[in-house]
Amino acid sequence: MKTLKTIMMALSLAAAPAAVLAQAAAPAPVPAVTTPEAATTPVSPTAAATPGATSATPDAKEVAKANTAPAYAKIAPSADIGQPIEGGFKIQPQVTSVGEDAQWFHNVVLMPIITVICIFVLVLLIYVAFRYRAARNPIPSKTSHNTLIEIVWTLAPVLILLVIAVPSIQLLAKQYAPPKADLTVKVIGNQWYWTYQYPDNGDFELVSNMLKEGVRKPEDGPRLLAVDERMVVPVGAVVKLIVTSNDVIHSFAVPAFWTKMDAVPGRLNETGFKADRPGVYYGQCSELCGARHGFMPIAVDVVSREQFAAWVASKGGTMPGAAPVANPDATTPASPATAGPAAPAAPGLAAPAPAIPATGAAPATTSQAATANQGSQP
Amino acid sequence: MTDTTASASHFQADHAHDHQHEADHKPAFFARWFMSTNHKDIGTLYLIFAIIAGIIGGAISGLMRAELAEPGIQYLEAWSGQTGDASLHFWNVLITAHGLIMVFFMVMPAMIGGFGNWFVPIMIGAPDMAFPRMNNISFWLIVPAFALLLGSAFAGGAGTGWTVYAPLSTYGEPGPSVDMAILALHLAGASSILGAINFITTIFNMRAPGMTLHKMPLFAWSVLITAFLLLLALPVLAAAITMLLTDRNFGTTFFDPSGGGDPILYQHLFWFFGHPEVYIMILPGFGIVSHIISTFSKKPIFGYLGMAYAMVAIGVVGFIVWAHHMFTTGLDVNTKMYFTAATMVIAVPTGIKIFSWIATMWGGSLSFKTPMMWAIGFIFMFTVGGVTGVVLANGGVDNYMHDTYYVVAHFHYVLSLGAVFSLFAGFYYWFAKMWGRQYNEVLGQIHFWAFFVGVNVLFFPMHFLGLDGMPRRIPDYPDAFREYNHLATIGYMIMAASMVVFFVNVFWSLFAGKKVGNSPWGDGATTLEWTLSSPPPFHQFETLPRID
Repeated sequence: MKTLKTIMMALSLAAAPAAVLAQAAAPAPVPAVTTPEAATTPVSPTAAATPGATSATPDAKEVAKANTAPAYAKIAPSADIGQPIEGGFKIQPQVTSVGEDAQWFHNVVLMPIITVICIFVLVLLIYVAFRYRAARNPIPSKTSHNTLIEIVWTLAPVLILLVIAVPSIQLLAKQYAPPKADLTVKVIGNQWYWTYQYPDNGDFELVSNMLKEGVRKPEDGPRLLAVDERMVVPVGAVVKLIVTSNDVIHSFAVPAFWTKMDAVPGRLNETGFKADRPGVYYGQCSELCGARHGFMPIAVDVVSREQFAAWVASKGGTMPGAAPVANPDATTPASPATAGPAAPAAPGLAAPAPAIPATGAAPATTSQAATANQGSQP
Repeated sequence: MTDTTASASHFQADHAHDHQHEADHKPAFFARWFMSTNHKDIGTLYLIFAIIAGIIGGAISGLMRAELAEPGIQYLEAWSGQTGDASLHFWNVLITAHGLIMVFFMVMPAMIGGFGNWFVPIMIGAPDMAFPRMNNISFWLIVPAFALLLGSAFAGGAGTGWTVYAPLSTYGEPGPSVDMAILALHLAGASSILGAINFITTIFNMRAPGMTLHKMPLFAWSVLITAFLLLLALPVLAAAITMLLTDRNFGTTFFDPSGGGDPILYQHLFWFFGHPEVYIMILPGFGIVSHIISTFSKKPIFGYLGMAYAMVAIGVVGFIVWAHHMFTTGLDVNTKMYFTAATMVIAVPTGIKIFSWIATMWGGSLSFKTPMMWAIGFIFMFTVGGVTGVVLANGGVDNYMHDTYYVVAHFHYVLSLGAVFSLFAGFYYWFAKMWGRQYNEVLGQIHFWAFFVGVNVLFFPMHFLGLDGMPRRIPDYPDAFREYNHLATIGYMIMAASMVVFFVNVFWSLFAGKKVGNSPWGDGATTLEWTLSSPPPFHQFETLPRID
């Protein structure tokens, strides 16, 4: 009876970590390229990370001058990248160097370690439960101390944590040491939509609302993720995001870029990404912001430089060099290391006096009113 | 359990004799239950309160799982009786209520108010708590607190999340409900602070002769540490939510940037309380599990001092890791590196505890009664929740995981499968002691296994959802997340079915359970409560026990 019970326990406990193992075994490996980069010193931007960066500006200028760009068209979504994967059980495929490093850290360092620890504890428990059950071991020992083993199980976790800490700190350093930005986009959270401003390109503004069912077409993207106006950036360009909010706290998140930054009223938070692969990448607001928190998705089109220039032109914007930059915020050079309290300066300057936005306040760049996408009910 | 073995013989005899007269000294019903100053009666009141709150909080999570079983909005409009944004707001009311109820009105009252009140005085050989009347008001403050929180649902409902982040909780949500929720937290906080003072005073001053701190049972240790955490953390919460209240009603702008305030300040204050709070919820569980493992292994706890000081270390370090809840708010890189490192340090004392429990079982003579099953389940589930905590501790990784279901899975593994497992373990362990009748073992085992399978089916897939990028706190999700959400809802139903078994067991055992003597668990149970009758006399230890 007791034996049967322990075996049952063993089987059912084993079921859970088995799934973890499967996940640990399967990840897309990216380590070879990314490890050396992660090892470089935090402050100096790595040359390897910015192959396209230096050429970006001249390229774009020429395109703008020649004005022969191919027309921009929304990129068709792909089911296996840039959006949650049906029944997926692992990290979404990453398209930025930081994301690949982080994914490697999670899949190759963290997952195996935590899986082994769980299995180790489980095996110990099962062994002890079996070996020392009352039927087999009626007389208990009275041991209650063993200094050596107590030191061992204090130091072993310390060593494991050190193994984790080194790549972890390197990853953080890399995230905070972006190369010089090629493009700045100001991201503003609102209840419940995003606005994107392009200060480098004539400071035009987009209002990005979720497309509700009935309006959404398959090429716009999945339900609850498709938007009317996508943020558009060139592939391979270092994009600096200045993130803030007009009302309550939101969070700008794109899983495929490993990017998440809270949009806090009164603050200018800085983050960024360099997407190495064209495509459309979806995310969702990731900080509770009121009733329609679940219905203010993010979609980023990563396109060729030519298409980006064409898109900018279609929005009435200009490519850099062609026109003076209007927004003083954007002229600040990419400051290394800290993105954090980017704007301790007068809060009122950064974000207009917070107020619950009037529903009609959305600028005309959107084809719908700001609140047109009531909920998502079919 | 520990090196503490009571020489119980002389006072045991006294009480066997006393017992006949006890009924005479009990006050009448109203005075006994509404004006109680008896730690055991107040403990019982707390347990009943926590069970009621747990049923409400659990039912709310049932509503949430029902809504999330399929993509699209199915029920919110019907439940809220409203349409559009108002029905979606109702979702936020549900998640807020679930969080607040489970934290403040289920786990804390059960752990500290319930088991703490019942067993800390007995374990240290004291006749009662140091301040019996304060003990009474501690309980009676939490009742109106709960009423205020439930009442806020009828004033529109607070949809701010249990964290009540400004500015969503200030100019983001007009109406009285957030004010009511804040006042509920004030009352619950005051209740906990009074309780904490009471426990600290009791443990420091009322230990039986010979019971030094280093001979004190681990549950008393855990409650002592928890009481210090409460005493230091809750005033910070009280300050933060008072500032919210004045921001909302009296024109201050502590958290409003348009007046020079800062929303991030609120988060710092909240999590300075909030992170110790999670240890407040789990530390007494550590204590309970230690006793159960020792009892059913028939062995003293392994590494008693290491166990006690590991809890002290967890409590201390718990105060300096709060900003790992704020990794995406725009912290400086050095700040993030510090909080990453500090957070990982907590894994060390936690590891000491896990291994010491296993070492306690090693060489023992194990019997797998229901409390032991819960305790073993606790060890493994807490390990799983702990290692995902190590993943989340990494500031760089948290950029992806923050506010996804991975976090939801993590904290439900340490709380719903950690704290709640230890609560059930304690409930089964002490049921006969508290009531004088034993629970039904078969039903207890069925409850454990069904609950164990249910919560794992419920919460394990949430890791996958999080890795696939599903954000928290959304009533509807992209269709790609359907499979695991559906599975989680099935897990909830298994868990809910197991709770039916639990309540059948409780009610059956209350009236028809087998009557037990002083120590139904035999030689392994060495703490003082097992030297008393079951249930203990209305007033115990009129002659103080002496510990050698």
